[in-house]
Amino acid sequence: MIKKISLTLTAFCITIIGFAQNNSGEFHGDFDLSMQSYQEDKIIGAEAADEIVLNNAYLNINYTKGNFAAGLRYESYLNALADYDPEFTGNGIPYRYATYRIEGLEITVGNYYEQLGGGLIFRSYEEKGLGIDNAMDGVRLKYSPLKGMNIKTFIGESRTHFTYSDGIFRGFDGEFNLNELLDTENKTRVILGSSFVSRYQKRENLVFKLPQNVGAYAGRLNIIRNGWNYYGEYAYKINDPSNVLVASKMNYASGNAFTQSITFSKRGFGFSAEMHRTDNMIFKSDRDKDGKAYLINYIPTLSKPHAYSLLALYPCATQANGEFGMQFDLFYKLKKKTILGGKYGTKIAFNYSRINGLNGGSSFLNDNTNYTPMLISIKGEGLYFQDINLEVNKKINKRIKTNFVIANQTYNKDLLEGHVPGDYGVLNSTILIADVSYKIKKGHSIRVELQKLNSVQLEDYSEHGGGYANGMEYAAEGDWTMGLIEYTISPHWFFVVQDMYNWGNENLEKKLHYVNLNAGFIKGSNRFSIGYGKKREGIFCVGGVCKLVPSSNGFSLNISSSF
Amino acid sequence: MKKLFLTIIAIALLSTISISQNRTLPSVDVKTLDGSSINITALENNGKPIVISFWATWCKPCKKELNTIAEVYEDWQDETGVKLVAISIDDTRSMAKVAPYVNASDWDYEVYLDPNGDLKRAMGVSTVPHTFLLNSKKEIVWQHKGYIDGDEDELLEQIEKIEK
Repeated sequence: MIKKISLTLTAFCITIIGFAQNNSGEFHGDFDLSMQSYQEDKIIGAEAADEIVLNNAYLNINYTKGNFAAGLRYESYLNALADYDPEFTGNGIPYRYATYRIEGLEITVGNYYEQLGGGLIFRSYEEKGLGIDNAMDGVRLKYSPLKGMNIKTFIGESRTHFTYSDGIFRGFDGEFNLNELLDTENKTRVILGSSFVSRYQKRENLVFKLPQNVGAYAGRLNIIRNGWNYYGEYAYKINDPSNVLVASKMNYASGNAFTQSITFSKRGFGFSAEMHRTDNMIFKSDRDKDGKAYLINYIPTLSKPHAYSLLALYPCATQANGEFGMQFDLFYKLKKKTILGGKYGTKIAFNYSRINGLNGGSSFLNDNTNYTPMLISIKGEGLYFQDINLEVNKKINKRIKTNFVIANQTYNKDLLEGHVPGDYGVLNSTILIADVSYKIKKGHSIRVELQKLNSVQLEDYSEHGGGYANGMEYAAEGDWTMGLIEYTISPHWFFVVQDMYNWGNENLEKKLHYVNLNAGFIKGSNRFSIGYGKKREGIFCVGGVCKLVPSSNGFSLNISSSF
Repeated sequence: MKKLFLTIIAIALLSTISISQNRTLPSVDVKTLDGSSINITALENNGKPIVISFWATWCKPCKKELNTIAEVYEDWQDETGVKLVAISIDDTRSMAKVAPYVNASDWDYEVYLDPNGDLKRAMGVSTVPHTFLLNSKKEIVWQHKGYIDGDEDELLEQIEKIEK
């Protein structure tokens, strides 16, 4: 590792040596540290860490000069926070790159992140909050020979924790903006794109005929006219069975997915309608490995990402092996100085989403069976998730701002959390939220959040001899309330007290308060925060990818800074 | 021994480059709401200050910041000539909602998309909101992480400082 670090530093220095002579390059970067202590709490199931304190830290350094850039990221996991994969351990420089662009050509060597189209067949990205970083290591070229024509091609391996997975990826993407290419002033703008990616992984199994090169391609179309915008993408992947018989049941079926969206907006009004369908579309950087670190494509979750705790208590996650979903959004601003709009106008956001399974499950193909589900089927299919929510945002006067949400969510807990069917079944929750901020005087504000979640299990398991199916003694968690008070002093200080109370839990031992205290100091680009409290075990999602966060109890410290 | 040698070289090299006080924008492409690509270095405001604010449709404090500034943006523009550029880091999950949200909210900002975080990484943005202020030479002279009520006043003070 030390040798590797030295070599990286040398390479980094050599790349910049030529540019350093006239003393005009720029260095900048950012630093992030998260430290957490873990104390045992048997009731919530929080485990004490042997190390007492766990710590993650990163430092990014970028050097730029004109069209040249190089950089690296130092990462330290001593040892990784409990919600990270334990494979993240130790220190290293797993990310370093050099890139330059000249006359429309951009060349990158080393690590890079890339997304083809909407990401249905390929997306390499980082999301520190989820412990995801599947950066590529290799070579990438982007070229724009004409205005409106962008092509890119790359080759590389995908990062998994501190190493790289076995698959080698080769990718190509072309995007053509017809209006720019033809130099027309036509009001209708058309953009076409297509992409191809192939993973090579050596066939080691002599018995099964596994494809060594697994290809996937996608085509996309974007049409824009006045306030309207249509985007559609279709993706296809050839058969990609895993080496292990049990894991894939030797499924030689191909995969496919499509996504469509249409939006319209004008001043004060916006609307969007989206749908997607995915069938057997899990694409991994190693055919035999499981886990989020190996995913190399991205099928976004078709539901609204919520920021309020109780709205996000039961979040949706894409089932890339097979689902059909749709989503509608409406944004409206009631005009100022009308009865409903009041002095400042009132903003309304409505969202509806619904995700269900494919008719009869995803495609399947082996020696004995051959199955392809219907293209679109909604009624009567297993419901995975449904969310209906309305948000009203209103400024009352110069001091008071309010935000109210009412929502009803249906959550297939067994399916989305991977429990045995019948463990919990499907939960239906009704959620109410009030969020009010009050400006006390210049710089000083107080904000109060009140949240309430009432949850029912749609199946009744009381017939199973008083307990629940599969020997479960208690139902799901039941009802919650949450309260938060935040006091802020701009531009430097914030103090937060919050309590999540699981008052509806039938298991009286778990009828608990989860109290958290946080305080922070911000000055320009430095931010410090400390916290203490209990966290509930749960699913935490960012951008449609989720991780299971274990329950914890202890102190936390976060420092982030950029220069 | 080799390690020591390399470290010395590294330090020697690094010390030849003074950390520039005048940080500029990196050469990175972002998408416009109508599907074209533009390089962020091409931003222009005729020698007047530019504010770059990173946000997302799922980020409450970001929306609070941009909605608060939207109410006073006209005054800010009249007084200082400032231009606000909002960079959405929404990925394909919520990217389609950016234009409907922006238009429905009546924002007069220039809005760009950074769906895979290329500009975000190049500018050292780890969390949103994160706001940068550029002077007349498009050099970054001030930045701020996060948003709490009242932070817009500090931003305006910083903008006014440039204009003096």
